[in-house]
Amino acid sequence: MATVSVRNVWKEYGPQVVLENLRLEIADHEFVTIIGASGCGKTTFLKMLLGMEQPTRGQILIDGQPIRPEPDPDRGVVFQRYSSFPHLTVFENVMLGLELKRARFAGRLFGGARRAARDAALAMLESVGLAHARDRYPAQLSGGMQQRMSIAQAVICRPKILLLDEPFGALDPGVTADMHQLILRLWAENRMTIFMVSHDIQESFALGTRLLTFDKIRHDPQAPEAYGARVTYDMPLARKSGETMSAATTA
Amino acid sequence: MRRLINQHPGRGSALALGVLPFIVLLVSYVLASQVRLAENPHDKLLPSLGTIADTFHSYAFEEDRRSGNVLFWADTWASLKRIGAALAISAVLAMLLAVGIGVVPRLRALLSPLLNTVAMIPPLAILPVLFIVLGLEETSKIALIVIGIAPCVARDLALRVGELPKEQIIKAQTLGASTWQLILRVVLPQLWPRLIDAMRLAMGSAWLFLIAAEAIASTEGLGYRIFLVRRYLAMDVILPYVIWITLLAVFADLALRLLRAKAFRWAEPER
Repeated sequence: MATVSVRNVWKEYGPQVVLENLRLEIADHEFVTIIGASGCGKTTFLKMLLGMEQPTRGQILIDGQPIRPEPDPDRGVVFQRYSSFPHLTVFENVMLGLELKRARFAGRLFGGARRAARDAALAMLESVGLAHARDRYPAQLSGGMQQRMSIAQAVICRPKILLLDEPFGALDPGVTADMHQLILRLWAENRMTIFMVSHDIQESFALGTRLLTFDKIRHDPQAPEAYGARVTYDMPLARKSGETMSAATTA
Repeated sequence: MRRLINQHPGRGSALALGVLPFIVLLVSYVLASQVRLAENPHDKLLPSLGTIADTFHSYAFEEDRRSGNVLFWADTWASLKRIGAALAISAVLAMLLAVGIGVVPRLRALLSPLLNTVAMIPPLAILPVLFIVLGLEETSKIALIVIGIAPCVARDLALRVGELPKEQIIKAQTLGASTWQLILRVVLPQLWPRLIDAMRLAMGSAWLFLIAAEAIASTEGLGYRIFLVRRYLAMDVILPYVIWITLLAVFADLALRLLRAKAFRWAEPER
């Protein structure tokens, strides 16, 4: 269960208003896609959900509780780049979350606990199609494989909310279609609420169950920083069957 | 004709090119030495290779009449102990400081200005202080090297921690990492190869400070010997000692490079 309430949230940097008066109620297991021009606060919004940045006014609640002002395991994340650990193999990258959770002091598991975590990690690698690459380092993977690993790494911790910041932005079109299948499957298998920032309108329509567009509607030419972006469209998208969904993503 | 930047020597010719300057140096030395010795057989400035070999033999394979030690190896051992201890202490100190400063903002606020200031003290200027406070024994010599290199290594490593992508630090937190776990599983493992790089660069200064300390107050050591025999213009001792020190430094550098390549395969550039 993870409902998200965004209550009158503002984000300002000094005199510059980035986001103004966001009000949203997001249902459990929603797949929210967010689009908008660059610099309109999409990523800032994601950072606030993550706890990297705090709203200057208003508050954000998860399941009715105010979110912690720092990142925690309730909220998983996949960035466009750099979100894996270059010194760990693919397998170790995916294991890491399980080890951190269960070995508070050593940060590593041993014996039976390790075997259990190992099986879970291997199953996850199998599920994202990376079993053959388990002993490689991230630098030896293609862009698409790195993002698969990154997603696996986040999902294995069973976050309530998964935040995706243009996760497929740097990938080839063919690879992107595969990634869409993967993320939809993982979203269906794990009960999580997804927020995905994208600059690809087609992708946003194809994946989401709810589409948000951010834009600045008020503009003062004398003081361009005076007004921030708001949610200009908030569209529920009809839940499609899996088949048409895959047709849409490959289109 | 291809551009110069695109003409790569083959394996054999690269090796030959690399060896060439050494041979040129050696040959010019021998020629110059012959010219001088022909004019004055007692010339001490450029002893012949034969004289150097004889002197080296007496230093490295015969016991000193006064102390009963084989001087060359006693000196080497004394110097290596000092520099080894100093490098180890510096590495530990620098890692602790760098991780603290790089990871914990409060520690950064507390320690960073101090570290930046201490790093600017010219170590040789406080060598007298070290001798007065710590005495003329080993401690002051090791302390000089540590003071000379640890702050620089620590600053370099703290910068490396800062260069870790912010996304990694955030991701680790979303995987549930505490500050301690973040240090243990994310920061430290990525810092080891950087430490090796930093120590390789610091090695030159470390030798400099070692020899300076030995030259001023010591009873054995490579630097001590060089400065002792300088009074007699004993180039036949000084030259092999300098070559030996250089070789030791080259081997240490090579060993660190191999260690990095073996132990931190992930940090090697892709070929």
